[in-house]
Amino acid sequence: MITTLDLVKESQKVRVINISGGWGLRQRLGGLGIHFGDEIVIKKSAIMHGPILISVHGNQVALGRGVARKVTVEVG
Amino acid sequence: MKIALMGQQNSGKSTIFNSVAGYKAVTSNFPGKTVTYNLTKFNLFGQTLELVDLPGTYSLTSFDLAELEARKYLLKNSVDVVIDVIDASLLSRSLELTLQLLELKIPMVICLNMIDEADRKGIKIDIEKLSKILDVPVVPVIAVKGKGIKELFSTAYKMGEKKKIGKTLNFSKDVEEVIEKLSAQIKEKQISKEFNVPERFLAIKYLENDRYFMEDFKNRDKKIFKEINYFQNLLKEVHGRPPDVVISSERHHLSMNIYESVVSLTKPHASLIDYLDNVLMHPILGYISLGLIFYLFFNLVFKVGKIVEEPLLNYFYSIIPLIGKSINTETLLFSVISGIIQGLAGGIAIVLPYLFPFLFGLAILEDLGYLPRIAFLMDAFLHKIGLHGKAIIPFILGYGCTVPAIMATRILESERDRFITSVLATMIPCAARMTIIFALVAFYISPKAALAIYILNLIVIIISGKILSRLLPEVTPGMILEIPAYHIPSLKVALAKTWLRMKEFIFVAWPLLIAGSTILSLLHYFRADTLINHFFSPLTSLLGLPLVVGTTLIFGILRKELSMLMLIQALGTANVVSVMSTTQIMTFTVFIIFYIPCVATIAVLWREIGSKRTLFTIAFTFILAIILATITRFVY
Repeated sequence: MITTLDLVKESQKVRVINISGGWGLRQRLGGLGIHFGDEIVIKKSAIMHGPILISVHGNQVALGRGVARKVTVEVG
Repeated sequence: MKIALMGQQNSGKSTIFNSVAGYKAVTSNFPGKTVTYNLTKFNLFGQTLELVDLPGTYSLTSFDLAELEARKYLLKNSVDVVIDVIDASLLSRSLELTLQLLELKIPMVICLNMIDEADRKGIKIDIEKLSKILDVPVVPVIAVKGKGIKELFSTAYKMGEKKKIGKTLNFSKDVEEVIEKLSAQIKEKQISKEFNVPERFLAIKYLENDRYFMEDFKNRDKKIFKEINYFQNLLKEVHGRPPDVVISSERHHLSMNIYESVVSLTKPHASLIDYLDNVLMHPILGYISLGLIFYLFFNLVFKVGKIVEEPLLNYFYSIIPLIGKSINTETLLFSVISGIIQGLAGGIAIVLPYLFPFLFGLAILEDLGYLPRIAFLMDAFLHKIGLHGKAIIPFILGYGCTVPAIMATRILESERDRFITSVLATMIPCAARMTIIFALVAFYISPKAALAIYILNLIVIIISGKILSRLLPEVTPGMILEIPAYHIPSLKVALAKTWLRMKEFIFVAWPLLIAGSTILSLLHYFRADTLINHFFSPLTSLLGLPLVVGTTLIFGILRKELSMLMLIQALGTANVVSVMSTTQIMTFTVFIIFYIPCVATIAVLWREIGSKRTLFTIAFTFILAIILATITRFVY
C-alpha cells in the first residue's frame, strides 16, 4: 500500500519511495540518512497533530506533520 | 598547523575540543549547538597547533546558516588537517559526510567517537579495514572519558606533516563519466581555483544544484551554466530522478557498502536508559513528565537558593553598620565602601545562590539529551504561534541567558522564524531575571506569586507570538530534528559547563555590579540621583513605584540583575517589604522582566536580525512592559 508518512501507524515498517518537497527538503532528509528506498520504522506519533518520531539506520529523527506528508512511502 | 574538527551534529566535536581547550566551548546533547566556531591553540611535540571546532554539519551541500558557516570556513581558510568526528553508532550515515570531505582533498583523520556506545549497541567496526578502504587513519575515541584523544591529535599532526590525502571513491560508471566531463570544463575555465576547491568537488556540487555555488555563478558565465544544465538533465533522464537525488543516492550506496563490509552486528546490550522514551516521549505521560521535571527543577533552584541567600544577606548587611561605627557615615569614603560591599553582597548572596543550581540543572538536562525531546513534545503547540518545535531550544536556553538563545535561533531554517523566535526569546526571564523573581517575589511575597509571574510571562509570549506570526504570515517549513540517544551525564562535564557559563557572570557582570553599586552610592552622595529620579518620575508615578526606583531602571538595561540590586541599595535596605508594598514589588518585577533587553542582548540582536528589527524589539518590549506593569499595579 502506498501512502504518506504522516498517515502511517505506530511501529509499522515502511520504505521511502518519493520525497515530494523541493531541493532543500531532500538535502535535509538525506543528511539525516533518509533517502529514496530507505527503510523507516515509525516509533511514535505525537498528539494534536504533532510530529512523528521515526527510526532510520539506527537513528531517531522527529519530523513535523507537514514534512512527513511530503514523504511518500510503501507499507509492508 | 591548523586542524579543523568537522562532523555531523551531536558527534562529540565540542567534547573533543574541550578536552584540549579546557572547557571553552559549550557542548550538549543537542544537535547543532556550535553556531559559531571556537578556536584554540595548544602544544603538541613542541609545536603550536591551532584547533577549530566547526558547527555540526550533516552534509557539505549547504543548507542552514550554521552548516554554511562550517563549509565556508573549510573552503576559505587553509586548513592543514581535517578531523572527521563520527558517532561510531551512526557510522553508515556519517560516512556520507566523510565521502564529501574526501572530495575536498585535504589531509584527514577519522575519529570514531563513542566507540563504547557503538559496542553497547552491538556494532563492531573493523577499524583497519575502514582505514584501508578510505586510505585515511582511523582512531577510536571515547571523548567524554578522554580516551584516545592524544593518539587522535598525534595522528592528525603526522597527517599534516605528510600532507597525505585519502582516497576519493568512485560512483557508478555513468555518473562518474558525467562528473569527469564537467570537471574538464571547469578545469578549462579555471573556476575551481577561485573557490579554492578541487574540480571534481565543484563539478559534483554543480550537479547537486548547490545553492551557494550556483548563485555565485549565475551572474557570471552563461556558457558553462548551460553545460551544467545539460549534464544535470542527462542524469535526470537516465535515472528518472532529480540530479541531486542521483548524487546523494550514489553516496548513500557507497556508504552502505563500506558500512556493510566493515561492520559486524552482535546482540545489543539493552540498558534502562533505552526505555526512558517510553515515558518521556509518551503522548500523555510525556507532557506530565515535562511539567513535573520543570516544576521540580525550579523548586529545587528556589529551595537551594533560599537556604543560601538568607544567611549570606544577613551577614553582609550586618557588616555595613559595623563600618559605620568606625567611619563617619556622612563621608564620601563611607559611601564608596558601602557601595562596594553592597555590590559584592549582591553577587554572592543574591545572584549566585540561584544562578549555580539553575545552570547546573540545565547542564544535566542538556547532556542527558532531554532538550530535543521537549522540541518533539512542544512542536504542535509552537505551530499555534506560527513556529515549529525546534524554536523551543532557543526558548529553553533563554531561561539561562538571552544571548546564547538568540545565537541558537540559527538552527531555524527560515529568516522569519529566526526573527519571531529572537523577539520572543528576549522576553523569556533569563537567569538574571530569575534571580529577581526568586529573590524578590518568591522571597518576600510567596513562591506562588513567582509562579504567577512565570505563567503571565508565558501567556504574554504566546500572545506576542500570535501577533507577530499574524503580521508576518508564512508557512513554516516544519520540523526536522534528530533525536539523539540519551547519554548518562558526566558530573565533571556538567560542572565544567556550569562553571563556563558562570564565568561570564563572575568576570563580566559582577565587576559591573560592584562598579554600578559604587556609582549609585556616589550619585547619592552628590545628590545627582534625585535628578535622574525626577526625570523618570512620569514613568514611576504611572506605575505607582517609589521615586527612587527611577535610577535603578537605567542599571537594568546594563544587566537585568543590576536593577534589583540597585533597588535594594536605592531603598537603603535589604528588607524590601518594609518600604515597598507587595503590589509595588510585583509591578516592579513585571516591568523589569519585559522592558528593553540588556545591552549584551541588544548587541547580539543587532548582529543577528539587523538594526531596524532590533529597534522594533526595543520599542515593542518597552511598550509591552509599560502596559503590563500598569495593569499589574491596578489588578494585583
